[in-house]
Amino acid sequence: MPIKSYLAHPHDGKKTELIDALSHINNCDVIPAENQDLLILVTETENKFEDENLKEQIEAIASLKLLAMVSGFDTPKQN
Amino acid sequence: MYTSLTNRRSFIKKMAIMSAMTAAATMFPGILFADEQEKNLPKGGNLDWKKAPCRFCGVGCGVLVGIDNGKAVAVKGDPKSPVNKGLCCVKGYHSVMSIYGKDRLTKPLVKKNGRYVETSMKEALDLIASKMKETIKDHGKDSVSIYGSGQWTIPDGYVASKLFKGCIGTNNVEANARLCMASAVTGFLTSFGLDEPMGCYEDIDHADVFVLWGNNMAEMHPVLFSRLLDQRLKRGVKIIDFATRTTRTSMAADKSIIFQPNTDLAVANAICYEIIKNGWVNKSFVEKHCSFSKGLTDMGYGLEDNYKFTDKPEQIDFEAYKKFLEDYSPEKVEKLSGVSAKDIKYMAAYYGDPNKKVMSLWCMGMNQHTRGTWINNLVYNIHLLTGKISTPGNSPFSLTGQPSACGTVREVGTLTHKLPHGVVMNEEHRKHAAEIWDVPVENIDPKPTYHTVEMFRALDRGDIKFMWIQVTNPMVTMPKLKRYRDATKKEGRFIVVSDIYPTPTTDIADVILPSAMWIEREGMYGNSERRTQYFEQMIQPSGEAMSDTWQIIEVAKRLGYEKQFYYKEDTHIEEIYNEYRRHHEGKKHAMAPLEVLKSQPGAQWPYVDGKSTQWRFNAEYDPACSNGEKFHFYGKPDGRAVIWQRPYEPAPEVPDSEYPFWLSTGRVIEHWHSGSMTRRIPVLHKAVPHSYVELNPQQAKDMQIRTGDKVKLTTRRGEIILPASVNERGVPERNQVFVPFFDENMLINDITLDAFCPISKQPDYKKCAVKVEKV
Repeated sequence: MPIKSYLAHPHDGKKTELIDALSHINNCDVIPAENQDLLILVTETENKFEDENLKEQIEAIASLKLLAMVSGFDTPKQN
Repeated sequence: MYTSLTNRRSFIKKMAIMSAMTAAATMFPGILFADEQEKNLPKGGNLDWKKAPCRFCGVGCGVLVGIDNGKAVAVKGDPKSPVNKGLCCVKGYHSVMSIYGKDRLTKPLVKKNGRYVETSMKEALDLIASKMKETIKDHGKDSVSIYGSGQWTIPDGYVASKLFKGCIGTNNVEANARLCMASAVTGFLTSFGLDEPMGCYEDIDHADVFVLWGNNMAEMHPVLFSRLLDQRLKRGVKIIDFATRTTRTSMAADKSIIFQPNTDLAVANAICYEIIKNGWVNKSFVEKHCSFSKGLTDMGYGLEDNYKFTDKPEQIDFEAYKKFLEDYSPEKVEKLSGVSAKDIKYMAAYYGDPNKKVMSLWCMGMNQHTRGTWINNLVYNIHLLTGKISTPGNSPFSLTGQPSACGTVREVGTLTHKLPHGVVMNEEHRKHAAEIWDVPVENIDPKPTYHTVEMFRALDRGDIKFMWIQVTNPMVTMPKLKRYRDATKKEGRFIVVSDIYPTPTTDIADVILPSAMWIEREGMYGNSERRTQYFEQMIQPSGEAMSDTWQIIEVAKRLGYEKQFYYKEDTHIEEIYNEYRRHHEGKKHAMAPLEVLKSQPGAQWPYVDGKSTQWRFNAEYDPACSNGEKFHFYGKPDGRAVIWQRPYEPAPEVPDSEYPFWLSTGRVIEHWHSGSMTRRIPVLHKAVPHSYVELNPQQAKDMQIRTGDKVKLTTRRGEIILPASVNERGVPERNQVFVPFFDENMLINDITLDAFCPISKQPDYKKCAVKVEKV
C-alpha cells in the first residue's frame, strides 16, 4: 500500500495544464501552490507494481518538467 | 487543521503531504497552499477565524486561527497583514499543533523528596509567595530574581517588572532576549540614543540591494526572505549574502561572500574606507546630522565572574576617523578576512552609489558576537556616511528572533538596567515609573544588578537564592551550560519554572507551574518593525494552566501588593495595557490604543494622531522631529547620530593546534529555539528529528567522515558526540563546524563559551575553538 508525495515542477507557463493532467489520473491527489509554479502530488496505490506503473504514467506527461519524491511510505492494508 | 486523523492511512497520507509542504517551503520560502488547508478543515463545523500574531519568530506574521468547538484546528496567513500579506512559513502553518502535545503540563507540580507531586494552583502559588518572602527576609531583596523571555507577552513582562523593580525593589529582572538582541539594543543606543529600527518591512518594497550580514534569512526569517525574492522577480533587486557559512540563503542570493569569523568588523571598516576614498560620502547629511566618537578598546570578554566594563566615549572629528580607517584598506583586510579586495569594493560600490537604495539586514550573526555592539555601530556607520537611512528603501535593519523581544523585553524593559520608559540609573525615569506604578520612588534601586550570564553565575555563587523562570528554556540555551545546570542543583536554591511542556529546565525546578499558551490567553506581542499586535483568548487553557501574567499577579497579591496589582481577572490585560501606555506617552514612543490593536493587524509606534510611524527620524514621516531639518536624530541631545570609530579585535578563543576548528551554533527552519514546541509537531520533528554537526565536505572526505557517522566535538568545556552532516543543508568552510542547538538530547551548549560583548553583555554562540574527531 505505497503512499508517496512528490514535488512536481511544471514547464514554464504549463502549471494549469499539469494540474489538469494529474487530476485526471486515478490515485493522484494534486495540491497546487498558490504563489509558485509548483505542485504537491500524493499517490496512493495498492502495491509496488501499481505504484511503478503510475509513476511511468505521470512521467510521460508533457507539461511536467521535474518530479522529485519527498516521502514514501509502504503500509499494510488495514482500513 | 490536521487533527482529525481517522485512521493510520489517512494519517500517513497527511504526513506525506506535510513532508512535501515542508520541503517546498524550504525551497520557496513563503509558498502558499491555502486550498489544501481549507480542504482539511472540519466539514460543517462552526469554524470561527480569529486574528493573532504568529507565536514563533520576531517577524510577527499575522495569522488567522480557525476555531472549531473550542479547539484551534487551522492556521492561515492573514491577507490583511502588511507583514506577511497572507504568507506563512512551516512553523506558522503548524503552530496550533504545538498546543496539543500529549505531554502538556496541566497541573502544578511540587518537588517533594525528589519526586514531583501534583498540587493545586492555589497551594503552588502560596508556596512560591512564602518562599520569596522567606528568601527576602533571610538574604535581602537582591536574592530573588525573575528570568523571562522575548516570548513573554507585553503584560507578562510588564507585571514582572512592576513586581520586582517597583514593589520588591530589586533589579534582578532579565530575559532571554539578552542572549539574542542585547547587542542590537546597545548598537541603537550608542549610535542613535533610542532603541529599535528607524525603518520598517516596507523598505523591502523600495530597496534595490539587500546585504545580509551573517543572516540566514531563508531559514530564520523565511517569510521576509520570500518578500526579497519576490522583489527580485518583480524589480531585479540584488541580494548579497555575507556570511561565514554557505546556507540556503547563500544559494538563493545573487552573490555569496564568505568571511572568516569575527572579521566582519574589519570588512565593515574597509567598506567605510572605500566610501571615503571614492568620495561617496554624503557630505551635507554627515555635516548636518552626524558626529564622530571613539570608545575604549581591548575591553576583554567577560569570562571572569563579576566582570565590569563601562565605555568612555570621546568625541573625535572626521579627519581622525579617516586616519583610523587607513588600517582598513580592502587589500589589508583581504588578508585578515579572506574576503577579496574586489568583493569588498563590490559591496562598497553598492553602498556608495547614490542611485541605489540599500537595506542591510542582520540578526544573530552580528548580535551574538563578543564585539556585537561594535559591529552594529559599524554597519550604521556605512548607512550614515552615505546618508542611506530613515528613507524608504535605505535602511539598516536589525531583525529579531522572538515574537516579543522588541515588544516586551526592549519596550517594557525587562532587563536589569531598564524601566518601561528609560533606565533605572536616571532619577527622572525612576520618578516617572514610580508614579505610574504607585510605589515610593525609593523602591526603585538606581543600580542595575545582574545581566543574564552574571545572574546565573550569581545563582551558582549563592548570591541569588530564588529564581522564577517563565517562557524560556535556559537549561538548553545558556552557554557553558554545565556550570549553570550544576548551579541550580546546589543546596539552598529554589527554582520556579512556568512552562507548557516538560523541558530540561522544568527538570531542575522545585515548583512547575503549567502556563496557558499563546491563544489560550489574551495578550500582545511587539515585532521587529515596532508593530504591536493584539490577540484575544480563543480557547480554554489546558487543564489548570494559567497565563504567566496572572501567575505573577496572584503571587504579587500574596506578597502584599494588592494596591499595585488591582487588576480584575476579566479585564486585567486591558487594564495593564492602558497603564503601560502611560509610560510611553509623547511623540517619540506613543503606543496605539487597545481598540486600534483589536481592529487591525497591529500598529507601529510612535503612534501619533491616529497614525503609525513607518520611518523614524525623518521629518516627512515622524512627528517627533522638531529641528526644522529633513532628519532629526532626537535620541541624542545634539540631535546627531554617532559614527563610531571601532577597530577589529579577535575573538576570545581562536582555533589552535589543540582545538583547530571554529564551532558555530544556530537554528534550522523547522525548529523554534530549544525545540520544546516544534519537536512536538510530528511533521517538523520528523523533518529534523535530532541535531547534527555540519562539516566542510572536502575536509570530511579527508577525515573519512560521511553523513551519519559519529563525530566527537571537544572544547575546553567538555565533549559531545553528534552525527555528521556532509553536503546536506549548510556547508561550512574548512576548519569550521556548525551545530543546531534545538535538541535537548544533544546539548551543544554544554561545550560553548560564555564570553560576551562587554557593552551589551550578550554571549557569543558563534565562535569558540573545538577539536573534531571521528568516533
